[in-house]
Amino acid sequence: MAFASSASAAGVGACLITKTDTNPFFVKMKEGATAKAKELGVDLKTYAGKIDGDSESQVAAIESCIADGAKGILITASDTKGIVPTVKKARDAGLLVIALDTPLDPIDAADATFATDNLEAGKLIGAWAAATLGDKAKDAKIGFLDLTPSQPTVDVLRDQGFMMGYGIDVKDPNKIGDETDPRIVGHDVTNGNEEGGRKAMENLLQKDSGITVIHTINEPAAVGAYQALKAVGLEKQVLIVSVDGGCPGVKSVTEGVIGATSQQYPLQMAALGIEAIAAFAKDGTKPKPTEGKNFFDTGVNLVTDKPATGVKSIDTKEGLAKCWG
Amino acid sequence: MAQAQEFEKVLSSSDTSVAAFDEHKSAVKRIQHFLHSTPAAVPLIVLVLSIVIFGIAIGGRFFSSYTLTLILQQIAIIGILGAAQTLVILTAGIDLSIGVIMVISAVIMGNCAVSYGMPAILAVTIGLAAGAACGLLNGLLVAYMKLPPFIVTLGTWNIVMATNFIYSANETIRDTDVDAQAPLLHLFALSFKIGTAVLTLGVIATVVLVLILWYVLNHTAWGRHVYAVGDDQEAAKLSGIQTKKVLMTVYTLAGLIAAFAAWVSIGRNGSISPSAAVTDYNLQAITATVIGGISLFGGRGSILGTLFGAMIVGVVSMGLNMLGADPQWKVLLTGVLIIGAVAIDQWIRKVSA
Repeated sequence: MAFASSASAAGVGACLITKTDTNPFFVKMKEGATAKAKELGVDLKTYAGKIDGDSESQVAAIESCIADGAKGILITASDTKGIVPTVKKARDAGLLVIALDTPLDPIDAADATFATDNLEAGKLIGAWAAATLGDKAKDAKIGFLDLTPSQPTVDVLRDQGFMMGYGIDVKDPNKIGDETDPRIVGHDVTNGNEEGGRKAMENLLQKDSGITVIHTINEPAAVGAYQALKAVGLEKQVLIVSVDGGCPGVKSVTEGVIGATSQQYPLQMAALGIEAIAAFAKDGTKPKPTEGKNFFDTGVNLVTDKPATGVKSIDTKEGLAKCWG
Repeated sequence: MAQAQEFEKVLSSSDTSVAAFDEHKSAVKRIQHFLHSTPAAVPLIVLVLSIVIFGIAIGGRFFSSYTLTLILQQIAIIGILGAAQTLVILTAGIDLSIGVIMVISAVIMGNCAVSYGMPAILAVTIGLAAGAACGLLNGLLVAYMKLPPFIVTLGTWNIVMATNFIYSANETIRDTDVDAQAPLLHLFALSFKIGTAVLTLGVIATVVLVLILWYVLNHTAWGRHVYAVGDDQEAAKLSGIQTKKVLMTVYTLAGLIAAFAAWVSIGRNGSISPSAAVTDYNLQAITATVIGGISLFGGRGSILGTLFGAMIVGVVSMGLNMLGADPQWKVLLTGVLIIGAVAIDQWIRKVSA
């Protein structure tokens, strides 16, 4: 992706608004945006919600950016539907709004979306799990550790992507839980953290202690699940796959806690976002989505030390060099 | 005594009893009186009932010793935090900062052991001290500055949560690093199998801690002072209790117990994640306390009830999980239990009114 980036962006104001500024993923995003802004001479201000789900702070941040006369906003929305009217205000005021990581609902409420292809991320780990199990894939018992009961987009895409990659009929691809494949033991929610992962794994083991494959929404949930399995001595029987590619997660792959994980690139997302704002300030060009998709794909790689035939992957050494957090 | 007058002879056959109350011993009154004198009875009855109901609905898989001990593992941390919360609520206070005190203590223990390479025993001690220090700050503000506990702990909740994120940069300390450098931090993960029942050291610690606190509250002077201060602070002061000292020790002890909960939680979760600060542990602990029959007006309730309260929430969540219900029903039912518990508490109080 080549924007006409030169040092002519001096004096251009930009805002980065993240869900929180404590989550390492967003810390990395801020790092990428700050470095790129410095390079181009863009004047960057960063804002964040107090906790994940705090949409009010994000609304206030957008309003500040409009008042500030910024040229563009990069936002990772906490409430993808609720933020839309405020985003519209910003666009009406002539700002370029780019959604990072999390698409708005509807996706075209923003001028552009720079994100990981979460469906692809899911497909990669699904295909890897099926290829690794080989003949055993058809009578595996599969559990899903999802994010929250409200089924946010990212949760649906990763979960359903895994099924597609594994070869499970997903029925409605926008809905988790309507599948009838007998290999599915069940779903439970983790809130994306260790404690939730452990509890959810314990609950699934209550349903069926013969589980052999676990799909997890992110690496903290995977680590929690591993704790639950270790406690009952079943960690050898279960293959855990995940999505994120944070440094602690990649280390867990090295140690064999997680079999494979799909790595995303938050630093890249933010850096490209700043470049796009600089280009827009210069001559009004807006970023174009990736061919055949309705967003700009910032790339995803499968990280594993046990490559499977037919599934492209990088090893943990490379994964550690590219990881975030 | 010589009879002075002839007519006083009849006195010996007259009624000699003094004024007395008429006792209405209806069955309801008797139940009410029993519940009033044994505050842990209601939550115990509710607990047994919920186990029986889910046992019938789900069958042997729920009623197994494995499932029941798994519930104990899931509620151990809330049980310990609930015990700390109970102490504070008995003094008619409330501690909203208890959950984040636990998280920051865990983060401090982990960083001392893993990042700074201290001996694990020292790391645990520093973590416990940090929890006690947060509690002491609450105690000083409540007892000596005379600020309302709700306001004080609302403030320290925010302060401690932010400090936790600033100090840790929200970096998770990984399970394997803890195992390699400070296995002592995982002490409470040790488990024992008795048939199919699995008890972790964390579960045992929870029960033992509650029993110790029950003994202290009921059979030591300090314990009775806690109840007295909660029942009527002015009266307690007038009867010679050093109310400020009692309040200060209660909040400090609550902080220390929260730090102990941190040690147990490291055992359960393996890794140490500062993000846990956004989980509503404090509200879960208050929930266990309220369902356990501890009166928010102070001075009434048994700490055993709190443990039963935590178990009730655990049984209901696990039961609904195994029935395959939407997780929101769990939340809804918890709300119903809270209001029911307070309603019952008010009804029981009428016995003494």
